[in-house]
This record gives sequence, structure tokens and C-alpha cells, in this order.
Amino acid sequence: MDSVQVSGPGDIRTEEMLLNMGPQHPSTHGVFRAVIRTDGELVLDCEPHIGYLHRCFEKIAESVSYLQVTPYTDRMDYLAAMNNNLGYCLAVEKLLGVQIPPRAQAIRIMVAELNRIASHLMAFGTYGMDIGAVTPFLYAFRDREMILKFFETICGQRLNYNYVRIGGVAKDLPEGMVERVAAFLEYFEPKIDEYNALLSYNGIFIERTANVGVISPELGIAYGLSGPVLRGSGVRRDLRRDEPYCGYEQYEFEVPVGTGEMGQVGDCWDRYMVRVREMKESVGIVAQALKQMPAGDVMSKEIKRVIRPPKGEVYVRTENPRGELGYFLVSDGSQNAFRLKVRAPSFCNISILREITRGCMLADLVAIIGSIDIVMGEVDR
Amino acid sequence: MIAVMASEGLAHDLLRLFPALDEMSPWLSVPLLGLLGCALVTGWITVFALFAIWLERKVAGHIQCRLGPMEVGPHGLLQTVADGIKLMAKEDVIPRSADRILFIVAPVVVFTATFLLFVVLPFDKHVVVADLNIGVFYLAAIASLEVIGVIMAGWASNNKWSLFGAMREATQMVSYEIPLGLALLSVVVVSGTLGFQGIVETQSGWFWRWHVFRSPFLALTFIIYYIAALAECKRAPFDLPEAESELVSGFHTEYSSMRFSIFFLAEYAFMFLVCGVATSLWLGGWNTGIPALDGLTGPLGIMIRTSAMLGKSMFLVFLQIWIRWTYPRIRLDQVMYLCLKVLVPFGFASLIGATLWELAFPGRVWFLQI
Repeated sequence: MDSVQVSGPGDIRTEEMLLNMGPQHPSTHGVFRAVIRTDGELVLDCEPHIGYLHRCFEKIAESVSYLQVTPYTDRMDYLAAMNNNLGYCLAVEKLLGVQIPPRAQAIRIMVAELNRIASHLMAFGTYGMDIGAVTPFLYAFRDREMILKFFETICGQRLNYNYVRIGGVAKDLPEGMVERVAAFLEYFEPKIDEYNALLSYNGIFIERTANVGVISPELGIAYGLSGPVLRGSGVRRDLRRDEPYCGYEQYEFEVPVGTGEMGQVGDCWDRYMVRVREMKESVGIVAQALKQMPAGDVMSKEIKRVIRPPKGEVYVRTENPRGELGYFLVSDGSQNAFRLKVRAPSFCNISILREITRGCMLADLVAIIGSIDIVMGEVDR
Repeated sequence: MIAVMASEGLAHDLLRLFPALDEMSPWLSVPLLGLLGCALVTGWITVFALFAIWLERKVAGHIQCRLGPMEVGPHGLLQTVADGIKLMAKEDVIPRSADRILFIVAPVVVFTATFLLFVVLPFDKHVVVADLNIGVFYLAAIASLEVIGVIMAGWASNNKWSLFGAMREATQMVSYEIPLGLALLSVVVVSGTLGFQGIVETQSGWFWRWHVFRSPFLALTFIIYYIAALAECKRAPFDLPEAESELVSGFHTEYSSMRFSIFFLAEYAFMFLVCGVATSLWLGGWNTGIPALDGLTGPLGIMIRTSAMLGKSMFLVFLQIWIRWTYPRIRLDQVMYLCLKVLVPFGFASLIGATLWELAFPGRVWFLQI
């Protein structure tokens, strides 16, 4: 600022300004830092910096036993801990080659989809905040709270559940849980329309998000995007449908994609709307899971107290609320994993930021970061 | 001596009540009257801000399925007082690299500009600090002073984010003064005076005599004024200068303690002021809309008319709060688009329209002679 010089009337020397956004900034969704070159309100370049939340998860996973890794997976995408547990457990189960009891399968799908709703509610609410509407956030939290209450009843935790375990789930559902969740679904489904009326179809909201941060399908695939960010660009890819795991093949659901209703295909509005529509699909999946909830055990009898998978390596990927969460697990036959590599969806998704923010406005940058919906716990691990 | 200077308003009434004032040397009585006016305005701003902040939080709470403040006092009525005390007890931080003088002066400039505007706002026939015969002009002139304080604050903070906020504010305020001025002008054209009391009095009688109901063009200017005033107040959806999700809090990011609360106070005072002006110019000011009530004399009449003015203004304030907690924020280019391509053309059109309408149907409500 000090170096701005005015050399004469009508001939003002202008400079680009280097602006540091984050790591402490309300709209970077955690400790994400972007170094922005700006020309007034225009963003010329945006350089993402990550690593402020690095916790050496992958290294820790090599020094603790297989069972002890699950709680650490909670802390990656802390908004969708159930889905993280699930992916890891599926990987270890694949190494072990165990069969999971059907009741555990159904419970897993129920909690994973409930957690997806909770996570998308958070994305919906914070996105409203990014755009400047504070109220939808509180509405989203009201309903998310109910899901968190269910989880608290099921496993005693509100955020880091450690509920899905290798071989099944930690505990059976408490008495009356199925009915309560069913009642919630009945309550929640019309609420989605309320959200749409409140935010999705708000004129200002559409003005702010349509045609902003457009990702073409080719670009999205080239950057390895996944989840709602990729589906927002019109690519119908959902691992639950394409490579079903955990019994998803028995469930009926649509895969919503961006259609460019309000602007171009792959703009912020499309990405946002995919999440809202996915909530509706998740409600349907949970309802199906509740309806066919089989009786029986929730933990496989084959799981021993010390797990020693045979030598080998697996890669298991699941559809996290934020995209494709992959676990690459290498076992050397001991009780600790030899290597655990996580393919985190947020990490891959945020990589496109620089590409799509060139030439946008400062307010758009916030809208774009919000629409990519990152969780820094997962980006940095 | 002073009686000549103050033909109307508070000074005039005081002189009538205390003739001794007029016999005093003007060197004594003028500052005395000035101080009294200051005390009244400051008192009102403080009381209003205390109430409005509580109202804002309460309304926001109820809109967002919460209760809002409930702990301090009945229904949290004293929450703002508690917060004020807390704010004053905070350390007053001036960043080391800030421009010290500008940093200190900025909140004062912002507050003074807002404060000065209250001088012309009439609450009743005689309840006004000074009824200037160029009241509307004065309003438009002084209202632009605030932006200087804001730019000072943004620049002096030596913080790039604050500077962003200040530049946004300058862009927005300067642009929206045009539609605002056009809307004010159309009322001036119709009522034939620049003085607030004069404008209010042209709207006396039944409520359909209020300017907003007088002609379609005046109704349009009311809407233009209200939108432009929202932008002038930096209220959502025009809260770009302090967009908390982009700039954290814009030009007053670096301010703390009392200096921050002065900004805050000025913001809420300005909120009431623009609504008070809207009431005076379009919604009949202190006229209740029922001639029998307007004609009442004595303390009861003053109370009724002042409440009418306050009630109407508070409704508009409530509307601002309602809008803020409902709508998202628009982008800077959209702000400018709305101003330059929508409000300004419509403002000009309605100014011309209102003028022609007044020529065609002088003194009528729409076409009717009522």
C-alpha cells in the first residue's frame, strides 16, 4: 500500500495487490490459505496453500493396529465420519475376506446416508453463509442436530463416531431407533422444499452462483474431481451406483447431476443443487434400509481381537459426501498396516481452484470455494 | 436576538418557555442551546441504538428458529447494555502500523456525520432540533460526509481487507447517492419546499394525503429511496463493505473497544435516520393519518404524533432487519448494475413523471380531489 505512487493527473500508476486469504478466514472452511493477486475486485490468480491441519494420519496408521486406525479416520472428514469409517472397514474386510452380517450392512447404509444428509446440510448452510444469507445456516443446523442426536443415541458420539467397525458395527441399534429415524425422514423430506424456497431459488442467490466458477465435464475429469463437484458438471458418476459396495446394489436411487438450469452446466449453482437433491435421494435410501432392516448379528463372528490380514494390498473406494474416498491398504501380514494411503476427495477437488478462479471477482472466489465444499481435516489428513 | 435566528423548532420553543434565554448574551445562549440539542440527539441515538440492536437480535433469532438473547433482563432487553459495558471495558487497540491520527479521527467523523443529520429530523410540529428551510439539501450534503470517515478508517487501518471494505463503501455510497437524491428531489418538487416540516405539513389530513399514496411516481420513488437507503446504510443485501464472509468485517476490522462501538452506534443511528427521513417524506412524518388526532394540542397530542412518527419509522427499521436476515448478499458489479442501470433511470423517470403528474393534477391524490 505504501508503494502506490501517483505520477500525475490522468496518469495514475496502478499496482496489483497481493492478498492473503486465510488460514484464518471465515470462508475458507477451515485452515485453508489462498494467496490472491488482485486488481481491485478482480482475482487475477489464486494460489492455494494447504497443510495447516496435517496430522500424519497415514504415518500413524502404520504404527497402530488395524482396529485402532478407525478412530483416526473419523478425524479426516469430520463432517462425515461414518462414511470414512465405512471405507476403511471395507478395505480391511476385503483384505481379510470376511462376510458381513446383513443387519450390519443395512445399519451401515442407514448411518452412512444419514451422515451424508448431515454433511450436505452443513454444506448447504455454510454455502448460504458464504453468499451472505445467515438464516439458512440455522435451519440446516436445526435438522442436522436431529441426526447428530440419533448418532449420539447409537454410539454415544456426536462427531467422531467410530461406529462402523471392522466386521460390522460397534453396537446394535437401540430399541425404537428405526421408528424414530422413520419419523425424522417423514419430517425432513418436506424441509428440503423449504430450503429450496429459502435459498436455492432465491433471485439474489441465483445471481451470485449461476455462471460462476464453471467446470466443464472434461476439465473436471482431467483434474480428478469426484462427488457432487463432478456431478455438478453433468457427469453421472456415483460409486454407489457404478461400483456398488456394502449392498448398495439392492437400493433404488437416482444420481442427480447438474443440468445448467440457471446458467451453464457446472457452475456453482449446479454443484450446490446436486447436494440438495442428493439429500432427497439419501432420505429414500435410508427409508429403504429401514424397511428391509433384517434381524441378526451386527458383527461378523470371524473377526478376532487381533487382526492379522494376509499379505497383500487392496484399494477400496467409496462414495463419501464429498466424493470418491479411496483407501489403499498394504498388509505385510503383521498386526499393523504396512502402508495406508488415502485418496481424499476434498484434496483432489480443491486442486481445481486455481484453474476456475482466474478472472473472477473476490466475492466469486468465496462462492467457488464454498461450492467445492472442502473439509480441511481431509485435505491435510 | 436568537428568536430571529430560530423561527421554528426547539430553540424557538425554548425561547417561548424561557424568555430569559433571549435576554442573555448570544455568546452564552447560542452555545447553551447548541449543547442542549447535542445532548438530546446523543441521548436519542444511544437509546435507539440500544433498542435497535436488541430488536435486531431478537428478530434475527425468531427468523432463525432461535429465541435470541434471553438471559440479561426480561427477554434479554438489557443484553445490549451488558454488551456495551463489555465493549467499553475492552482494550483499545491501535495497530502499530496504522495511521494513528486518521485512525482515531475516523470513527468521530462517521459518528458526527450521522449525528448532524438528526438535527433536521422532525418528530412533531415543534419537536425538532432545528427546522432548516433547506433541510433536504442539508441531508443530502451531510450524508455524504460519512463516506469520508469510512475511507479514513479503511486506509488508516493499514490492512488490505479494511481497504477493500472502504473502497467498496466509497463506490457504493457515492453511486447510490444519485438515486437517493433523485427520489428526494421528486418529493421536493411535489411539496414545493426543502424544509422537512414543510414537507410533512403538505401531507397532513387523512392518510391518503401521504406522498406515497399521492401518485404512482411518488410510490415508485419511495421504493427507489428505500433500496438506495439500504445501500447507504450498508445493510444486507448491500452489506458488501463489511461482508463478513469475504472481508470479515471490512473497514472496522482493526477497531476495538469504544472506537468500534462508535461505528456500531453510528450504523444503527443511520439506520433509524434513513427510515425517519422516509417516514417524513413519504409516509406523512408525524401525521397520524387521522385529522382528529393530528389536531390534538398539549402533551397528549405531542405524544400521539411523536409515536406515529416513531412507529412508522420503526416499522421501516423492522423491514430492514427482516430483509437483512432473509436475503443473501449481492456482488459489487451487481450493486453497481442495480444502481446505474435500474435505479438511476427509474429515478429520473419518476422525477419527471412526478413533476408532470403534479402539473396535471395539482394537489390531488391520484386523480381524485380528496
